[in-house]
Amino acid sequence: MTAATTGTAGTTRPVRLTDTTLRDGSHAMQHQFTEAQVRDTVRALDGAGVEVIEVSHGDGIGGSSFNYGFSKVEDITLVRAAAEEADQAKIAILLVPGIGTMDDLRNAREAGASVARIATHCTEADVSIQHFGLARSLDMETVGFLMMSHRTTPEDLARQGRIMVDAGCQCVYAVDSAGALVLGEAEARITALVAEVGREAQVGFHGHQNLSLGVANSVLAFQSGARQIDGSLCALGAGAGNSPTEVLAATFNHLGVETGVDVGGVLDAAEEVVRPYLPRWPKADRTAIVQGWAGVYSSFLIHAEHAAERYGVPAHEILQRAGEAGYVGGQEDMLIDLALQLKQEREKEGHLSWS
Amino acid sequence: MGKALAAIIGPGNIGTDLLAKLQRSDSIEVGYMVGVVESDGLQRARDAGIEASSGGLDWLMRQPELPSIVFDATSAKAHKAAAPALEAAGIVAIDLTPAAVGPLVSPPVNFREHVGAMNINMISCGAQATVPIVHAVSSVVPVAYAEIVASVASKSAGPGTRANIDEFTHTTSRAVRELGGTPRGKAIIVLNPVEPPMMMRDTIFCAIPEGADEDAITHAVVDRVAEVQEYVPGYTLRQEPQFDPPREMWGGNGRVSVFIEVQGAGDYLPTYAGNLDIMTAAAARVGELVATERLVTA
Repeated sequence: MTAATTGTAGTTRPVRLTDTTLRDGSHAMQHQFTEAQVRDTVRALDGAGVEVIEVSHGDGIGGSSFNYGFSKVEDITLVRAAAEEADQAKIAILLVPGIGTMDDLRNAREAGASVARIATHCTEADVSIQHFGLARSLDMETVGFLMMSHRTTPEDLARQGRIMVDAGCQCVYAVDSAGALVLGEAEARITALVAEVGREAQVGFHGHQNLSLGVANSVLAFQSGARQIDGSLCALGAGAGNSPTEVLAATFNHLGVETGVDVGGVLDAAEEVVRPYLPRWPKADRTAIVQGWAGVYSSFLIHAEHAAERYGVPAHEILQRAGEAGYVGGQEDMLIDLALQLKQEREKEGHLSWS
Repeated sequence: MGKALAAIIGPGNIGTDLLAKLQRSDSIEVGYMVGVVESDGLQRARDAGIEASSGGLDWLMRQPELPSIVFDATSAKAHKAAAPALEAAGIVAIDLTPAAVGPLVSPPVNFREHVGAMNINMISCGAQATVPIVHAVSSVVPVAYAEIVASVASKSAGPGTRANIDEFTHTTSRAVRELGGTPRGKAIIVLNPVEPPMMMRDTIFCAIPEGADEDAITHAVVDRVAEVQEYVPGYTLRQEPQFDPPREMWGGNGRVSVFIEVQGAGDYLPTYAGNLDIMTAAAARVGELVATERLVTA
């Protein structure tokens, strides 16, 4: 095991679990979370000792849109409700520059969020500099989210992490948005980040289950020096879902690694609070596996399913094309174009619906 | 017909591409290229036969024959500083920076309203690519909300855009509302680093009322695309406009989605940089309109 990072902000525990049921899970809920669901989930997580709870539209605050789906309840309202329910937990928000703005960040802070997680594609960290500056000036703890981190080398990921840390980021995450990293690939990215920024900041990992490796990658990430690990109750999240918070808690407990989370408490939260509102239990079905295999942004899943239904073409073929085209998080609009292309190609080939 | 004398300040990639476009113009003659330090861009301009100087605006204003149009491809800060002097000298400023000293203009949407303006702002690449479409739809039916998504190649997003990406979001959404003709607008920008670099893509979503005349909307969009093609030949519809029936989640509105690709002309900038090309092409268009309608007498 390599030396853990020594950044002063963040957690003092060996590992802190950040629960993102109410943010990444928003994708799986098609952004229809109600205030009651948010309050119940926060109370359960807070009571189980989870120290950071992320609440936002799936595409970050300000993400409510035609392209990503409109929120049933404005995300700032949900952040405020979450902050009211939390006794010990900090409320985090996600902000994707280019989608959300600094105004959204100010509003979230005012509503009670105290951790700002700023997300960019893994090679575009320099668009986040202003947002880190603002978050720090608002006295927020900061996390940098390098999405789709399979799409660049560990060395380049570390350089991007450096840009974020120099801008005020206190913990850099390797985010496996496509659930595409396989074991050593996750390890190498964490190792590179720890080597580059580990003296000034912490390092984190956010896994998805498209290839069923979210938890295994998280353990390797910890063993490589990561101190902050993301999960979602019942895996509620994009694609085949996230590393389940309750499985992470049980696994780290088994390894004797202190997370401060009560295993029984998060098991109850998953079973009794989240499971009743699950629209479907996220799993590695054909469409989600293709996402991990072809390296496609997990949040594309439901959008591809909708386009597939609308235009009568298979969702996994749309996603395969999205992988080949190299589309990144935020380009959900391209899925409609891809579905139309597939439909037109099929019509040309006389490959109609009866075949 | 004579030509209007023009200067370009800011001899970077944008200024150089604009020069290439204006050198083909029947109504504009670029006499000067101006920078503040010696640069490759100034040398390129000299190689193209243009008088070029690193002496900045002061040098330009000392020339015996002043230009009647200045294209500013520097920065918002530099343009704000230069604008009063240009106006005092009676020079029309066409501003490619986000300074927005003058009215926001998209040539097919509202140039007519600002034909007499002394300072014209070219908004943003995303606005030039999308506002004409929002405006075309809102000319047929009321648009309660419009949203645009601009995807650009990482290599074509310069340091200015990267350092202040919120400025793009704010300026573009303002233009979607004010020029597009909708009370609520949203703008999203995505940078994609894929190799080879992707062409600029723009998606325009408009909320439209139940029972909207889809054929009329499609015709308005197709006609508008043809108008933009007059000055941006690589501006094309990827697909026919797509119509979705009303949904409760959309406030009972339906939706039209328009998918655009912008391939650059490849004058100086690479063809994938349609986002930069549409700015220089739109600026050149506005310059020519100003020249023919105000400055040059047949």
